[in-house]
Amino acid sequence: MANELDKIEVKPARRQFLRGAAALASVALAPGLLLYQARPAGANVDSGVRWGLLIDANALSEDDVDACVSACQREHGWRAEDGSATDAQWVRKVKLRDRASGHTRFLPVMCQHCEHPPCVDVCPTGASFKRADGIVLVNKHTCIGCRYCMMACPYKARSFIHEVLKDQLPVAPRGKGTVESCTLCVHRVDRDGADAVPACAEAVNRAGRQAIWFGDLNDPASGISQALREFGATRLRADMGLNPGVGYRGL
Amino acid sequence: MAATQRYAEIRSRSPGYWGVLLLLAGLALVGFAAAHHMDVEGHHVTGMNNQVVWGLPHVFAIFLIVAASGALNLASLSSVFGRAAYKPLARFSAVLAVALLVGGLAILLLDLGRPDRLIVAMTHYNFKSIFAWNILLYSGFIGIVVVYLWLMMERRMQAFSKPAGVAALIWRLVLTTGTGSIFGFLVAREAYDTAILAPLFIVMSFAFGLALFALLLGFSFRFDGRELDQSHVERLRRLLGLFVAGIFYFVLVFHLTKLYGTQNHPFERFILTDGGTYTLLFWLVQIGLGNLLPLAICFMPAFAGSARALFAACLLVIAGAFAQLYIIIIGGQAFPLNIFPGYEVESSFFDGVIADYAPSIWELLLGLGGVAAALLLALLALRVLPILPEGLPAESD
Repeated sequence: MANELDKIEVKPARRQFLRGAAALASVALAPGLLLYQARPAGANVDSGVRWGLLIDANALSEDDVDACVSACQREHGWRAEDGSATDAQWVRKVKLRDRASGHTRFLPVMCQHCEHPPCVDVCPTGASFKRADGIVLVNKHTCIGCRYCMMACPYKARSFIHEVLKDQLPVAPRGKGTVESCTLCVHRVDRDGADAVPACAEAVNRAGRQAIWFGDLNDPASGISQALREFGATRLRADMGLNPGVGYRGL
Repeated sequence: MAATQRYAEIRSRSPGYWGVLLLLAGLALVGFAAAHHMDVEGHHVTGMNNQVVWGLPHVFAIFLIVAASGALNLASLSSVFGRAAYKPLARFSAVLAVALLVGGLAILLLDLGRPDRLIVAMTHYNFKSIFAWNILLYSGFIGIVVVYLWLMMERRMQAFSKPAGVAALIWRLVLTTGTGSIFGFLVAREAYDTAILAPLFIVMSFAFGLALFALLLGFSFRFDGRELDQSHVERLRRLLGLFVAGIFYFVLVFHLTKLYGTQNHPFERFILTDGGTYTLLFWLVQIGLGNLLPLAICFMPAFAGSARALFAACLLVIAGAFAQLYIIIIGGQAFPLNIFPGYEVESSFFDGVIADYAPSIWELLLGLGGVAAALLLALLALRVLPILPEGLPAESD
């Protein structure tokens, strides 16, 4: 399947170029300090693709969802230490109990990377934006910290940074007074293209068991498209017509 | 009467007058210091969190912004609708509108996560954002009202004050529609997502603006020994009553419409019966003290022409205003998003539960500081410019 994706997603020559450029762009500024930039500024994001996730609720145990959250924390350096209401949470474990049957399940919930994101609509400065490849991000240079995007997000996917941060990771620029959320591991996507595996998916997918698919929703031959065709998916708050890039199987 | 109307600066030297001005200046400074503390430490020193992202500063800011629009009422009544009796009050009406808006915007700005990025907000516009539109509407409002004020005050230009008054009236109706729509456009939250918030905010602006206007007028006249005849008090009293009745009507329609849809019943139960503080604020302060009591004061013949009754009604309307905005802004966020209909939800991120919010002293000081700055600005303008009439004696008509 990976080979199929190779053919369709990103031409090998192009990926090789991107990898070379990324290596060039990783400049050591000082011993121990590395300026990391995978996709060179100026290299356009491919507007023909739309990255998305399919999360298989049937395959995920509570421990799996915890693993997703921990992996995301390690990858991006955010912590939810004391469970305080001001903690950032890029992805969270949600426990669902069916009122009628009592059936319980656990889901990871993060930014749903909507096709029509309300956070982007309401952002006064345009800091909240959607990339051509469908990833919804916050421009940390133009976010003024008004939190209107958090008011507008139907999924409670965004967090505001309430305190001074130290030791941020190069792949996840974060700072007090701005808003942040799941980036769909954009640094991996820009590095690896269709081969990318977001940290949450990496934490739960094992040989012979796929619980979270990542890939190009526009490509009928991609693994995620095939899985979507086979299993179907529920989109959270589908009634709102936002067409999220994240779907849930078995909800 | 209008032709002979004389205006004069406030000349009071009374310790009480200066004491109030000093108190306001002190509060404004403390508010600024509180904002600085929030900026340095981060918003964890406030009661705001990732569930209730807008808190007490926004209650104060939106109160001032909404009241600013309404403060222009008397100028509109005089210039646009030709009510000559309000003409002596038109200048102050415009001054107060600008001062309140400046105070409200100062709070909003100082509460930003990155207030240092004001220049970004002024240079990067996303025109699909009602917030971005509001930045333009607010700055435009200040510009239009300042020109309008000048046209009213400059004898040679008074003929142009009517078109300027019409422009200001239309602009402020759009502005308050925009402020209400900040919430009305939030389709994901059950507390909002309704177009009625726009007209509700407009009628709220009428009442809140008039209440502040009447109190400051009474304060300035009293300390400067100017005459305020019963006929003027009576007119303001009835006008206030009309506006409060308007608020009551729109609040009634808001809740009746919500109650009609079964999916909104949990939210309505939260506000009307089970919400603890929010429910108490709604019935006791917003409806009881803020609507019903002022309505009684404004329409009972026993209080006709009583300045004290008018000022008491104004204070009650302002108390109700804060309760109402607290419920709209904070109650609306405390009620959980319904991401998984039909399920009981639990998470580390407070899904499915009523969010906690307890405002901190820093937010309170920032909010009070903004109100103090606005009132100080208005009172200082009265001191340096001939804004207020030398007196409002009994009328012949």
